Amino acid sequence: MIKGRVHSIQSLGTVDGPGVRFVVFFQGCPLRCKCCHNPDTWDFEGGTKYSAEDIVKKASRYREYFKDKGGITLSGGEPLLQAEFAEEIFRLCCLEGINTCLDTSGILLDGKVKELLSLTDRVLLDIKYTNEKDYEENVGCSLSGVLEFLSYLNEKKIPTTLRQVIIPTVNDTEENIMALKKIRDTHPCVDKVELLPFKKICQTKYDQMEIPFPFGDMPTPSREKMAFLEKMLNE
Amino acid sequence: MHENWTGFKAGVWQDEINVRDFIQTNYKEYTGDERFLAGATERTKALMAKVQELFRLERERDGVLDVDTDTVSSLISYLPGYIDEKNELIVGMQTDSPLKRGVNPFGGIRMARQACAAYGHRLSDKVEMEFRYRTTHNDGVYRVYTDEMRAARKCHVITGLPDAYGRGRIIGDYRRVALYGVDKLIEEKKKDKKALAAENYTVESARLSEELFQQITFLGYLKEMAAMYGCDISAPAKDAKEAIQWTYFAYLGAIKEQNGAAMSLGRVSTFFDIYIERDIERGILTEEGAQELMDDFVIKLRIARHLRTPEYNELFGGDPMWITEAVGGMGKDGRTLVSKNCFRMLNTLYTLGPSPEPNLTILWSTELPEAFKRFCAKVSSDTDSIQYENDDLMRPLHGDDYAIACCVSAMEIGKQMQFFGARCNLAKLLLIALNGGFDTTTGIHIGPQMPVMDADKLDFDAVMERYNIYIEWLSKLYVNTMNLIHYMHDKYAYEKTQMALHDTDVERLMAFGIAGLSVVADSLSAIKYAKVSPVKDAMGYIVDFTREGTFPTYGNDDDRVDLIARDMTHKVITELRKTPAYRGAIHTLSVLTITSNVMYGKNTGATPDGRADGAPFAPGANPMHNREENGALASLNSVAKLRYEDCRDGISNTFSITPDALGKSEDERISNLTAILDGYFAKKAHHINVNVLDRETLIKAYENPEAYPNLTIRVSGYAVNFNKLSREQQREVISRTFHESV
Repeated sequence: MIKGRVHSIQSLGTVDGPGVRFVVFFQGCPLRCKCCHNPDTWDFEGGTKYSAEDIVKKASRYREYFKDKGGITLSGGEPLLQAEFAEEIFRLCCLEGINTCLDTSGILLDGKVKELLSLTDRVLLDIKYTNEKDYEENVGCSLSGVLEFLSYLNEKKIPTTLRQVIIPTVNDTEENIMALKKIRDTHPCVDKVELLPFKKICQTKYDQMEIPFPFGDMPTPSREKMAFLEKMLNE
Repeated sequence: MHENWTGFKAGVWQDEINVRDFIQTNYKEYTGDERFLAGATERTKALMAKVQELFRLERERDGVLDVDTDTVSSLISYLPGYIDEKNELIVGMQTDSPLKRGVNPFGGIRMARQACAAYGHRLSDKVEMEFRYRTTHNDGVYRVYTDEMRAARKCHVITGLPDAYGRGRIIGDYRRVALYGVDKLIEEKKKDKKALAAENYTVESARLSEELFQQITFLGYLKEMAAMYGCDISAPAKDAKEAIQWTYFAYLGAIKEQNGAAMSLGRVSTFFDIYIERDIERGILTEEGAQELMDDFVIKLRIARHLRTPEYNELFGGDPMWITEAVGGMGKDGRTLVSKNCFRMLNTLYTLGPSPEPNLTILWSTELPEAFKRFCAKVSSDTDSIQYENDDLMRPLHGDDYAIACCVSAMEIGKQMQFFGARCNLAKLLLIALNGGFDTTTGIHIGPQMPVMDADKLDFDAVMERYNIYIEWLSKLYVNTMNLIHYMHDKYAYEKTQMALHDTDVERLMAFGIAGLSVVADSLSAIKYAKVSPVKDAMGYIVDFTREGTFPTYGNDDDRVDLIARDMTHKVITELRKTPAYRGAIHTLSVLTITSNVMYGKNTGATPDGRADGAPFAPGANPMHNREENGALASLNSVAKLRYEDCRDGISNTFSITPDALGKSEDERISNLTAILDGYFAKKAHHINVNVLDRETLIKAYENPEAYPNLTIRVSGYAVNFNKLSREQQREVISRTFHESV
């Protein structure tokens, strides 16, 4: 059985998918988002090795808390980079009747990823930026791949939550929200959009790793600003 | 049928003292939500403002507003007292003035004297004289304590024993006074006393006969006490107001007579609901009026006080009374016992604001109506004032008319009582065992004497073999100590009012306790899975440990160590059961520390898990602070593995989570908290305190107490006003694990 690399496990997740969730943070990410709050998950060689069976056995211990909405969420890192391992986990979850949720940037769509998506109850798609320029500048690759991924989700009718971290001076604009609305409205699979305020509590992780936090000097959005953007999104 | 019972459905409750049957026959279950509730009336607000002002004055005077040093507290020893006589719906005060504390020297005159002195008062010569030739409970105990018992107490391996104050933890069935009136209760007790004469007298029956005499006398005093407030409680209550008032008088009588550590209320909400429903149907009460009665009753409970010494406050921080009220639960027949009045009781946390007292305890069942579950979760998020206990675990053992004494001690109301036994320090005992019967903290030799454990690397099996010898030794000593204490308490400070509100033939529980469970589990795990080497002092005693390698810690849902904790509780209760308990009591065990985890830690040297000399323990059954690596549910799962069968006096877990970690919106937070509670209790866990708050709030309150006069938090089986904790206790609460969002 293949083993995957896991950064950490959080037995109580309430913000990564519906209900109470068992969240597995995968180790390894090829992106270098300037706002990344988990730089410790970048390295593909780090983490602890687990088999899919180990993970699902652990998750099953929390079944009583899941009730009708909760379940497992794979996050990271980037779970798509260990698609086979993720797929194995979801396959076992389906057998156990555990709801599956995939938290991803959507930067990869190959045969293995498609297999994985066929077992996914919900995708949390982190859209990051809504225009090519910002995406390339702050993530380091192209937005088009992500939109292609979203089209595939739409085609397969996989319920999707669009997520975006709101970073003042970068994407806290009306223009961005309008673009986000457009993406939502043209993809019926998207039934929810979440705006997440940019936070800097990860600064200590950067300090420990002795690398600079590219957005370390960026301000965090005010509560009022977030409410304003939320309102605009839902108008 | 008595005319005051008109409108109630008939049942066996009319022919015998049987409050449960009255409730089952007459209550209306309520499965709806909280939208029917009314807010506080102007009268309530004005009265509460007066009380807030008194609280402010009390804080200004170091926590004690006033002491009556001339009077010995009892049912009829004070003139009536009021907050605002004309505007009170429910009357009755412990002394003649609100927040003025009475002295109760029956447990021990020294403690009463010290408590007066601690707050700048002097116990009057009158009271001193009165007790000069009188034996107190404390005198009695010290007449018979053995040298070994004294040593165990002195080195703090057994601590907090009720040998100088009232033992408490007894819940009178205060509802009986409302349902039957005092005359009927006296009549029944007289019958019971007469029946004893039919047999030959033994020590047991002679004692019981005298106790019945005392019970009857005090029921008489209870009538006199009520009469001083202009109420005749000889007959059944005729309406909701009287039912609440009569019940409160019975409780008031108990706290005037006794200063037990925990003086719990029982389970009155749904009982009152029956009277409230009848009045509403008769058109003589409105929803607003019903809430007002409950508010006034709760105001009275919030101003109840006992006079304590600073040493006592170190064990039980925050000036608690443990006026525990059990709310909700399910009936044996599958109907929920949730009534509208359960909502009203919780609503007092809004109408009157958050508060530690009464200690509102939700009897949680996965079968509870969803709307009630959600309301409870909302109240927790908003007020941090309530706790939860597993009705699905307790109901099969105690039926559906039990209540909680203190924090987590279940007993069937009016049919079971408890002999409270504080707790022993298991972590210290491990160090004493390793040192062959020597306590390095106090320099006392105690227990079986043998050589100090001598090894470069401690061997798990060898340590366990030795530890077991000491557990066996301590268990026997502990039971015997308790037997003496409770013999003397019965003899010199018997709970006359409370026991009058029990069946004469009562089942007794003897409640033992342990502190330091998570320290012991992690220490034994370190010895088993890592290399632990003792560090010795110049005298050759072990005073510290070094560790190489890693080891699993309790609180991460890892069976390797969680089962060590479970086995430990099983071992202790099994050993305790080997020594018979006084009056045929059933041995029970709790994993509960109140705030004494700080004091226990202070008196315990460095432990093999890496905990430093003097560092606080985790409270109750909690994992050690900040050793949880897999988040909140893993921590809950570890605690849920402890078995209620082994710990029938309760397993306390205090859980703090930040609002953000619980969800983004209020609706999500309520749903998620409900799911967490359902999951935790489905795992057969026993108890949880829920705090939904940020550490920063506590830090701000620590630095600037005046800005947070009413900040209430759950600590260990009860709630406290944060500002009433000692600075040390506050720091310990701040250092605890707060589950945060990731």
